[in-house]
Amino acid sequence: MSMTHWQAAFAARIARDEPQWLAPMRAAAMTSFNALGFPTTALEDWNYTSLSSIAEVPFTVGASASSTTVADLTPYMINAEWPTIVLLNGSYSPSLSSLDSIPAGMLVMDLAQATREQPALMQQHFGTVATSEHAMTSMNTGLMQDGVFVHVPKHVESETPIHILHVSDAAAAMSAKFPRTLIVAEAFAKATVLESFVGMADVAYFTNHVAEVVVGEHATITHTKIQRESDLATHVSTTEVHQARNSHYVNFSMAMGSKLSRTNVYTVLDGDGGGVTLNGLYLGKGTQHTDHQTRIEHAQPNCFSRELYKGVLDDASHAVFNGKVYVHPIAQKTDGKQSNHTLLLSPDARIDTKPQLEIFADDVRCTHGATVGRMDEAGLFYMKSRGVPAETARRLLTYAFAADVLETIENETVKQALEQLTLERYAGSGNNTAHAAREH
Amino acid sequence: MLEISNLTATAGEKDILKGINLTVNAGEVHAIMGPNGSGKSTLAQVLAGHPSYEVTGGTVHFEGEDLLELEPEERAHKGVFLAFQYPIEIPGVSNAYFLRSAYNAMRVARGGEEVDPMEFLDVMEEKLKIVEMDDAMLARSVNMGFSGGEKKRNEILQMAVLEPKLAILDETDSGLDIDALRVVAEGVNKLRRPDNAAIVVTHYQRLLNYIIPDFVHVLAGGRIIRSGGKELALELEEKGYDWLLQEALA
Ligand SMILES: Nc1ncnc2c1ncn2[C@@H]1O[C@H](COP(=O)(O)OP(=O)(O)OP(=O)(O)O)[C@@H](O)[C@H]1O
Ligand SMILES: [Mg+2]
Repeated sequence: MSMTHWQAAFAARIARDEPQWLAPMRAAAMTSFNALGFPTTALEDWNYTSLSSIAEVPFTVGASASSTTVADLTPYMINAEWPTIVLLNGSYSPSLSSLDSIPAGMLVMDLAQATREQPALMQQHFGTVATSEHAMTSMNTGLMQDGVFVHVPKHVESETPIHILHVSDAAAAMSAKFPRTLIVAEAFAKATVLESFVGMADVAYFTNHVAEVVVGEHATITHTKIQRESDLATHVSTTEVHQARNSHYVNFSMAMGSKLSRTNVYTVLDGDGGGVTLNGLYLGKGTQHTDHQTRIEHAQPNCFSRELYKGVLDDASHAVFNGKVYVHPIAQKTDGKQSNHTLLLSPDARIDTKPQLEIFADDVRCTHGATVGRMDEAGLFYMKSRGVPAETARRLLTYAFAADVLETIENETVKQALEQLTLERYAGSGNNTAHAAREH
Repeated sequence: MLEISNLTATAGEKDILKGINLTVNAGEVHAIMGPNGSGKSTLAQVLAGHPSYEVTGGTVHFEGEDLLELEPEERAHKGVFLAFQYPIEIPGVSNAYFLRSAYNAMRVARGGEEVDPMEFLDVMEEKLKIVEMDDAMLARSVNMGFSGGEKKRNEILQMAVLEPKLAILDETDSGLDIDALRVVAEGVNKLRRPDNAAIVVTHYQRLLNYIIPDFVHVLAGGRIIRSGGKELALELEEKGYDWLLQEALA
């Protein structure tokens, strides 16, 4: 099996009618993917994560028919009141989506509709941010089918999260999907987007997702990603962000599913006075492999970046964190802080953490720190000496380790949902310790 | 209640306890004094079941049961409580949650039912008064950023919540100002009952003005080299340990 498999899939795709501006972009991307091939560990950016295991798998592009209903999705909705757009096995599902409560002025629609109804906006932004020469991004551009477009016009502000729910059910078995997200916030706009990747069945599939985010002047986008794909899935997701003057972008990446996952979050601070916060939590178990790569490019002066990634690794799981910060010569007064802390619960668990700071300006403050630790035995003994059973004490200390990064999530409902997911991982379901652990 | 005989213990290669004999009956308060590094905290930690220490000989019985066979949490369930000389900080776990987990674990182990957070608040209200502690301390992570004195008060608060049969206080008076010392001592006294007992490790006779001991023991070089009544503490205050150490050698 080789690249001809994907080339054939591409050929089948381009038959569909596509706007003049998009078709060449896709063709060029496909050519680029063909030339690059799947990344191997020979590439510096992929030192610890190999996709070779899936390069030879004959995934179908697109899944067979599925019978998932709205009721089946209830556990993954987080809040059913929020506008929710569902991509089922990679395809936009109008019947599973609920888009009645979109905040006034905002647009939330699938990409096909956006291409039809908002050609100017689409052409202006699509493919302009995710420009990294990455095979996986090219592959997505070449093979993408459905996706989501979120547009927040000037001065429109909303606290209500827009939920993009990427669901894979049993019909996703042995399929590949290439969902695409485009978020555009015009000047002074403010919005929250939540992207969930959910695996409902124990089947193997491949998700290769790309999100492009345009954050205009003085705009703020809060973007949370929850990756809880099937334990057999391979998940690659690349978010690329372009930030204008005084804009803010806040990303949180929660990674707990997939056999192998790779999440890239890249931003360019391309205007004076902007700020970015990239936080995340990875929970590994079994032989899971969880890789995060972040890249913050300080291209203009007076911007700040804050980064906190934490991880809890059990069994023989393996995680990778690579945090790149690049400060251009003109980006004076850059204020950057990066930390990565991992708790290893088992002697076989492993983390490769690699901060990478390249600083070409002289008047900057950039710090980074990484720690790898094991269960705090002193704390454990202290709790046990107060009668707390060993297992409860372990669970509580593990949860407490993870909780402080979850604490940074501003939306209370999202935060509680992630706290609950974390607790369930370590406590079994039905336990409601989350609020209690911080109770007053 | 507690019977220690010929107890020896090591940490790594180091022999620390070299044959401790001590009997504590219900209703009694025993003070343990002695030079730095003599093994007082080691004895306390061994009784609580700290994994860093290895018991190499001797026995410890608590209410007739072999204490050394039990896990630390089981010892707690039986009613043994150690107020740490250096209380541990636990980031991310609120003091309130920690206390409630301990309280509920104790209730369940003793065949009772857990209480919910609201009920527990009522329990806490009364206990906080005993140690004159502000309830703002409950929302903070366990001992994180607490001052030395606040940590010690927090130990006594835990003791008040858990109502142990045998309380071992390891230098709970160290680092306390005069008022805090009185509060802590009164706290301990309020919790005194004919059916419980306390072992109080201290360097200062001052504490023993508040918590009147029935016996005073001097631990030196891993052994109890002298036992007496409360007047022994006064004598030590005046003369130091040298004369005792000389006598022990003679
Ligand atoms: N875990 C350990 N590993 C190695 N040595 C230890 C350990 N714990 C205690 N020790 C040593 O054992 C001796 C007794 O220590 P311990 O803490 O019991 O003394 P103490 O009587 O409580 O002293 P202080 O009055 O200063 O609190 C000391 O020399 C100490 O350094
Ligand atoms: Mg000591």
